[in-house]
Amino acid sequence: MKLTLWTYEGPPHVGAMRIATAMEKVHYVLHAPQGDTYADLLFTMIERMKKRPPVTYTTFQARDLGSDTAELFKDAARTAYARFKPDLLMVGASCTAELIQDDPGGLAAALDLPVPILPLELPAYQKKENWGAAETFYQMVRLLGQSFILSPGQQRPARASGAKPSCNILGPTALGFRHRDDVEEISRLLRDLGIEINVVAPLGADPADIARLHEADFNVNLYPETANTAITWMSRSFGQPSTKTIPIGFKGTKAFIAEVCQLAGIECDVEKLSQSSKARWYALSVDSTYLTNKRVFIFGDATHAIAAAKVAAHEMGFKVVGLGTYSRELAREVREAAAELGLEAIITDDYLEVEEKITELQPELILGTQMERHIAKRLKIPCAVISSPVHVQDFPSRYSPQMGFEGACVLFDSWVHPLMMGLEEHLIGMFKGDFEFHDGAMPSHLGHASAPAKENLDKAPAMVPSKNGSPAWETDAEKELNKIPFFVRGKARRNTESYAVEQGLVSITLETLYDAKAHFRS
Amino acid sequence: MNSVTQEVKMDFQPLKERGQREVFCGLTGIIWLHRKIQDAFFLVVGSRTCAHLIQSAAGVMIFAEPRFATAIIDDRDLAGLADANDELDKVVKQLLERRPDIKLLFLVGSCPSEVIKLDLSRAAQRLGKTFAPNVRILNYSGSGIETTFTQGEDACLAALVQDLPQSTKSDEVELLVVGCLADVVEDQFHRIFKDLGLQSFAFFPPRESTQRIVVGPKTKYLLAQPFLTDTARFLENMGAQRIAAPFPLGVEGTEKWFSAAATALNVSPELFEKVIAPQRDRANKSLEPHRAVLQGKSIFFFPDSQLEIPLARYLNRELGMNLMEVGVPYLHRQHMAEELAMLDPKTQLSEGQNVENQLDRCRAQEPDMVVCGLGLANPLEAEGFTTKWSIELVFTPIQGFNQAADLAELFARPLTRKNKLMMVEAA
Repeated sequence: MKLTLWTYEGPPHVGAMRIATAMEKVHYVLHAPQGDTYADLLFTMIERMKKRPPVTYTTFQARDLGSDTAELFKDAARTAYARFKPDLLMVGASCTAELIQDDPGGLAAALDLPVPILPLELPAYQKKENWGAAETFYQMVRLLGQSFILSPGQQRPARASGAKPSCNILGPTALGFRHRDDVEEISRLLRDLGIEINVVAPLGADPADIARLHEADFNVNLYPETANTAITWMSRSFGQPSTKTIPIGFKGTKAFIAEVCQLAGIECDVEKLSQSSKARWYALSVDSTYLTNKRVFIFGDATHAIAAAKVAAHEMGFKVVGLGTYSRELAREVREAAAELGLEAIITDDYLEVEEKITELQPELILGTQMERHIAKRLKIPCAVISSPVHVQDFPSRYSPQMGFEGACVLFDSWVHPLMMGLEEHLIGMFKGDFEFHDGAMPSHLGHASAPAKENLDKAPAMVPSKNGSPAWETDAEKELNKIPFFVRGKARRNTESYAVEQGLVSITLETLYDAKAHFRS
Repeated sequence: MNSVTQEVKMDFQPLKERGQREVFCGLTGIIWLHRKIQDAFFLVVGSRTCAHLIQSAAGVMIFAEPRFATAIIDDRDLAGLADANDELDKVVKQLLERRPDIKLLFLVGSCPSEVIKLDLSRAAQRLGKTFAPNVRILNYSGSGIETTFTQGEDACLAALVQDLPQSTKSDEVELLVVGCLADVVEDQFHRIFKDLGLQSFAFFPPRESTQRIVVGPKTKYLLAQPFLTDTARFLENMGAQRIAAPFPLGVEGTEKWFSAAATALNVSPELFEKVIAPQRDRANKSLEPHRAVLQGKSIFFFPDSQLEIPLARYLNRELGMNLMEVGVPYLHRQHMAEELAMLDPKTQLSEGQNVENQLDRCRAQEPDMVVCGLGLANPLEAEGFTTKWSIELVFTPIQGFNQAADLAELFARPLTRKNKLMMVEAA
């Protein structure tokens, strides 16, 4: 049993729903108790979809448990097929139904429906949402693609001469963070390069589309969390290579273009294509100089966390002080990315652990998920969202990709926005006592009325016990500490304390504070 | 007469259906209960699905100090590798050490914890002893297999009732108003009861869990919400008697609700009229503009909270709406008797749900307004229906005289909005 305030991912059947809802002409019969239909709201409210998810729930109640819940499931599957006439029927169980073990797959097969049945085994007490989505997509690709598997030793036939190179775009789902606009941005980019798009899946695809995935020359792996399993199988079974680069950020997009051109066997001038990038120029302009070495903490799914770390370090000039993910399936990739930045990756799905880490590191900016916004609020640290889980405000109506050159512009604007702007930062560093623009007031461009100044940064989070045994601060040292701008003060306090411990000091004087400052500078 | 319920008229033969139920489970009650009882913490013992439900509903707000959490059961607990009770003790200890401000902890049961028969009531007793007197630990079930949406509040309040202090006869409260009400509504009701000359009354649940309320044979209780079956039963076990009344929705409902209490507590009719008349008249006046929008419009209710019947009664009698189907997740005939007596006898009631069939009926009847949950609202809007999402009705101050017009406005707003947006399009 694990104490969980917030969970980064839903249960695996929500992942399966994300596949079903992304697609056309599939239906999902889910053995689940009354109440699990809350998941419909994720799609109708958070993503604001106009249709109900194509999901039929058995919604059993306590009184049904005494009778035949298997019969209930068969009824639901039979009527769902008759009503919706899908081309493929997905069947599975939610966490509670898993406990009563009715075997939806076997029951559905016994109904003799005239469409393929995709039985889903999603262990709800071990696996989570993204795994559920990846597994569902993989099982579907396998089921519908099995007659196109190359026999051992058989080579993929070469592309007909004169035919355009073609690819599949794989991974986008319903309820994916900016998937809608990423697909549009990347599709346009590929078409501009002269590459045809065979199928985008699962988003917008139907079972017939899934059955023709093998026709593409290569696969674009847009979201490894959901697409990796299927893509690995397709590379083995259809001999299709796939992209490895995620086209997030200016440099990521350039590398992606180079990679797809190589896979497609075409030439292109990457430099020329990228010349007009506004994000690049904005970061180079002098207004951005104050962003140099801003200390940033990054957490999210592996794909977005890795990409954000690269953008933060190499395109924004931030100093990445923490990098982590809840995607255990891609932990190795995140560890590598962290090592390149001289960090040890934080691999956890424990919200409290992330909170503790952020408290310890005292970053000036958090790039994370909706969950990190809770932490940021408590610690009063600026925050921007880079990854799922997200809430309704991160399914915007405006065009907001994260990928491609336009995505890089979106990243620049949304990451810089929560930070205090340069002039205000300077003036607050110089003059302390202003009644309106004071320490700890929110940046004035965010429009909040300022509350009286308070020392907030060092407030220990309620879920993390405060550490005892630190050296005591003398009054004038404490006063001097308060003259340090608030967004770096937490870090200064911690540095000074660890310096004092290192030096075996029992109290911290004004001198200790400046000794520590010099020590950590050198 | 107080607790004697009249013979329920059997005019209504509700349609009873089985099939997919598009409703919330009782865990959802946590979303408003944690705000009402400010020193309480709600720990769900369940799966990741339960945690996901609550954060999907509440997580749009950014919490510096969340007052709810989930102890997620994992496969070690299921395989018996870890003793589930030991694990739970560990989680509770971890939680309470880090949140010393918590005075009342609810262990909230879920579908998984009920199916594996984890005995949370014994766990609550055991842990209660460990953490007494600083923290009280109670248990209720908010599982979907047992509770629908607002029944979670019923289960929570029932647990609180069972934990009320023993009566010593002299300290019993005379009138207990039962059911979560918005603070502003509670304050208004408080003033009215004072003006009616009542000395000893209290609201339940209290805002602070430490507030002492004593219930016994001297106590008469008045339900402010229609979904409090178990809470009522436990109050009666303690000797309290129910004052039968319709629910305080709309001007008429509110007046009858106060009137039932006044009669039961021997308030003179003159005083009652003197206190209530100005309130009633002002409220009636405030309904006028909304009546212009709603009069003659037809309305169809999908089941959600058990508030449907009182709402339908109000919209029909006071605002002139035509009732089509009124669906309820559960119909408590005794608590609903006064409401049913006022409901238009032509109304089609339905209890339970087969959502696909109900959608077919709804589409066939083409109501001017559909009251439904958020899983159906946008899809129905996209089909051209005007909807009022039902969950808002439990999150908004709607009871009492001063809120009668606000309640009408909740229903008028979607129609007004559609008019406004369509006019812009036409122009």
